[in-house]
Amino acid sequence: MIRLEGVGKRYPGGNEPLRGLDVHVERGELVFITGASGAGKSTLLRLIPRLERPSRGQVLVDGADLARLPRRRIPYLRRRIGMTFQDHRLLHDRTLFDNVALPLVIEGRPHTDIRRRVQAALDKVGLLAQSRAYPVTLSGGEQQRVGIARAIVTRPPILLADEPTGNLDPALSLEIMQLFEQFNQVGVTTVIASHDQPLIDALGHRQIHLSEGRAA
Amino acid sequence: MSISALPKRWAKLHAHAAISSLGRLRRQWLGSIMTAAAIGIALALPAAFVVAMDNLESALDGWQGAPRASVFLDTGTEAAQYPDIAERIRALDGIRGVRLITPDQALTEYRQSSGVSDPLALLDSNPLPAVVLAELSGGLAPGAVDRLADRLRALPAVDDLRLDRDWMARLAAIIELGNRATALVALLLGLTVILVLFNTLRLDIENHRREIEITRLIGGTNAFIRRPFLYTGVWYGLAGGLIAGGLLAIAVAFVADPAQRLASLYGSGFRPAGAGLTGTLTLIGAGGLLGLSGAWLAVGRHLSAIEPP
Ligand SMILES: Nc1ncnc2c1ncn2[C@@H]1O[C@H](COP(=O)(O)OP(=O)(O)O)[C@@H](O)[C@H]1O
Ligand SMILES: [Mg+2]
Repeated sequence: MIRLEGVGKRYPGGNEPLRGLDVHVERGELVFITGASGAGKSTLLRLIPRLERPSRGQVLVDGADLARLPRRRIPYLRRRIGMTFQDHRLLHDRTLFDNVALPLVIEGRPHTDIRRRVQAALDKVGLLAQSRAYPVTLSGGEQQRVGIARAIVTRPPILLADEPTGNLDPALSLEIMQLFEQFNQVGVTTVIASHDQPLIDALGHRQIHLSEGRAA
Repeated sequence: MSISALPKRWAKLHAHAAISSLGRLRRQWLGSIMTAAAIGIALALPAAFVVAMDNLESALDGWQGAPRASVFLDTGTEAAQYPDIAERIRALDGIRGVRLITPDQALTEYRQSSGVSDPLALLDSNPLPAVVLAELSGGLAPGAVDRLADRLRALPAVDDLRLDRDWMARLAAIIELGNRATALVALLLGLTVILVLFNTLRLDIENHRREIEITRLIGGTNAFIRRPFLYTGVWYGLAGGLIAGGLLAIAVAFVADPAQRLASLYGSGFRPAGAGLTGTLTLIGAGGLLGLSGAWLAVGRHLSAIEPP
């Protein structure tokens, strides 16, 4: 489903977090990307919806070489990939409902469809009661869950999560990870970047450890 | 998704952009009203020029019949000779009819129209000359009119000659000048409208930077991101056109009475007209188009600079 071959990424300014990385994630798999801070976990994830382009090597998503994807097709690639961010990336002047609805709105879905799906997604992450609230009134863990609801509201085949348990306590972290396991169980290919080693070890899925810009 | 669902989806996306852009405008309503008012004033000025020129032309329309010549006789001419002279003028080729205005008649007319009781009573004698108003045949070539004028001047007892044709030529030149000035004003103020919108939209895009970034992150197309800003431009333009139409109607009502009085002094029943429904709709449409153009420029220039970081 996701294949990286000989991928190098060098940022302008000289940082070179990835240096010849080979990664293959099967369809329907749940994989953790681990590694120290600055190892390039976020960079790897950002290559997949083409938020970042590799300096060398190939990135293939569902068989398609992203280097050959025309610019105007990029939005449609991103629509098939749900992604959550460490800093949540929510719109602070919109309610939870409107934040979660955004991926459906950009597709021009009918109102009734939007309401049904957004309510289902918010229910899934346990925030249905707060759908009229604004993100600032929520805790960090709750904001992360809004991000997850937004990522899964279109039922994308791929789900990427960048440090979803960032600075949450262990109980909340486990809850969030179990949420991802549930999505994975219905067939969503899931890639989670995290440095919460004890939790990841406890969950027991495949791990890809990044070090020196390669997969160990 | 079936093909038949596509136009529906497209309509939904447009409706969303149209409504969300209105929502954005409403949230900063004071700034929005001020921008729309600035656009309205900028549109009202050239529109006022157009309406003024239209009125001028329609007011002068009735005067554009056959050219006339006012033939002034020497002041020393005996009154007994007037009919004879008038008859000789009538006999000329290219003259359709004549009317004699004796110095006494001229004085009476003058007293009536000026309203001044009798300034000329101070003078010993009537200083006004006798005038023969000669109506020229329609369709005379300019050269033929010139030759006729020469012959009139050559007649005995003719002191001077004024052709209304001079006046018409001057008038045509003034109207041409007015039309050019109108075009110039329209061009400059149309440009102003585009610049105002360009700047307003630039700020608007800057204020929505985060929203644009996030929309790109989750797969919003450029068209989706662009659309609300283009609608914002159109709303501003339409509102500006509406305001301009209102200002124009007020301005026309404001000058209508004095203008009518002025026209009646020239013996005309003319009363100035406003832009009318078609004119107002054209104004609003022009506003919308200019709004779209300004927004398009701003969006093209500033949206591409915002990519997900
Ligand atoms: N946009 C960027 N420009 C320059 N350097 C960057 C950029 N993003 C990340 N980096 C650098 O690349 C390295 C890897 O970053 P990142 O992928 O965020 O690692 P991780 O997520 O594993 O902590 C870091 O040294 C970081 O400073
Ligand atoms: Mg990171």
